[in-house]
Amino acid sequence: MGFLKRFFRGSASVQQLPAGTVTVDRHGDIVTSTVSSAYPRNFLRGIGADVLALFREARDAQMPLAELNMHFGSLHITARELRGGAIIFLLPQTALFPTSAPSRP
Amino acid sequence: MDKRHKILILDDDNDWLTLSREMLAALPSRPEILTANSGKRALSLLESEPVRLLICDLKMPRIDGLQVLAIVRRRYPELRTVVLSGLEDEEYRSRAYALGVDLFWIKIEMQRNSKMFIECLESLLGRDDEPGFRGIQSKSLMDIIQMECLSRSSSVLRISRGPLVAKLWIQEGELIDAEAEGVRGEAAFRRLLAWKSGTFENHPAEPNHERIIFKPVNALLLETAQDMDEAAGPLAGDSLEHSEHRKTVWKLSLLTREGADFVIAIPPEGHGEPEAIGIQGVAQLVRWTRHAAATARRLSESLEAGLVLRVTGRNMERQVLVLDREGKLFLVGWPAENAENLLEKSKKLVASWDS
Repeated sequence: MGFLKRFFRGSASVQQLPAGTVTVDRHGDIVTSTVSSAYPRNFLRGIGADVLALFREARDAQMPLAELNMHFGSLHITARELRGGAIIFLLPQTALFPTSAPSRP
Repeated sequence: MDKRHKILILDDDNDWLTLSREMLAALPSRPEILTANSGKRALSLLESEPVRLLICDLKMPRIDGLQVLAIVRRRYPELRTVVLSGLEDEEYRSRAYALGVDLFWIKIEMQRNSKMFIECLESLLGRDDEPGFRGIQSKSLMDIIQMECLSRSSSVLRISRGPLVAKLWIQEGELIDAEAEGVRGEAAFRRLLAWKSGTFENHPAEPNHERIIFKPVNALLLETAQDMDEAAGPLAGDSLEHSEHRKTVWKLSLLTREGADFVIAIPPEGHGEPEAIGIQGVAQLVRWTRHAAATARRLSESLEAGLVLRVTGRNMERQVLVLDREGKLFLVGWPAENAENLLEKSKKLVASWDS
């Protein structure tokens, strides 16, 4: 085993960044999603749970938030509070298509 | 044993790769040059080769340069990175620096000023986490200014330290103006010389720029050095309590001047107490800030989304930003109506906080 790998070195795996919108209810369950179904649902559920926890703790700290943004080098996550649940926008950032946060209603 | 460093050039333009390979092969340290015409190929090479320096284009199909840099920064934090782009855009420049690149050059500028580009690369290949100015690592800012003036050159030196940006205008070896931390002239020059590290760039001269500084540069350097020596010594009769009080007053005035509601500075756990100005009873906010920063860091790792730049939140009355500066977290609160350049203003506030 591994003999062929000496001749056929694998190329680096590049993980696709999630792009789209996810809606989660107050329990963190996904209600709707436009993110590719190839993307692991558990990851999306995890993001939803993190966002809901941060909204809840902000309320406990007397700083209720209507919107939460996380800016990474190549991804923006924008979450809006929806009656206990949340709508989450996942926006990959690329040099060709830099995207700004979704406009406020 | 072969101690030649390896440089990897990533660009989707094969002609440019050939040109760059020829130019960089002539570097005095004779590095080994590797090339890749796609992000995927570059990442594959980085996995198999001990590369010292990556020179990366930004605009490429499929995986663009910023995505490559975000991945590289996570996987190979020791790798030096240089962006060589055809895009002359301040936003790309700041996004690249936010990803931790060591140098950002425009291709045309590199061709015009290839000697300085080569020197910068040599400096990056040689340095090992020394303090100093990126690009010319072994020189202090005073050295750089003296070099520019002695060579009777004309240029604009742009020096950045995190969010703080300063400029020096040099005309035929004379320092004619300086701008730093919101002030101009000699005062700006004095503030700038207190900077111990930063990023240094050489821009074309601006011959029509108004002259504000008339003193010879050596006299200014001497005066500033004397001021710094005096400031370093303890002031007689200045008690610790008095000094702390002065700091608090200064921070409050900074907050008021910028128009922020509050700032909470939170050291890493076990490294002291949080400091809050403009707000009281902050225990829960401190917990929230730490949790928000930890969540962002965890998501950045699991999604491979690059560095955490910031976390922000808003409601009808207020906007808050969480910024991380050298391990210390800052929660900055702003009124909701104060929306202009909030990030830049917060970064400046945070950068000035412990200075």
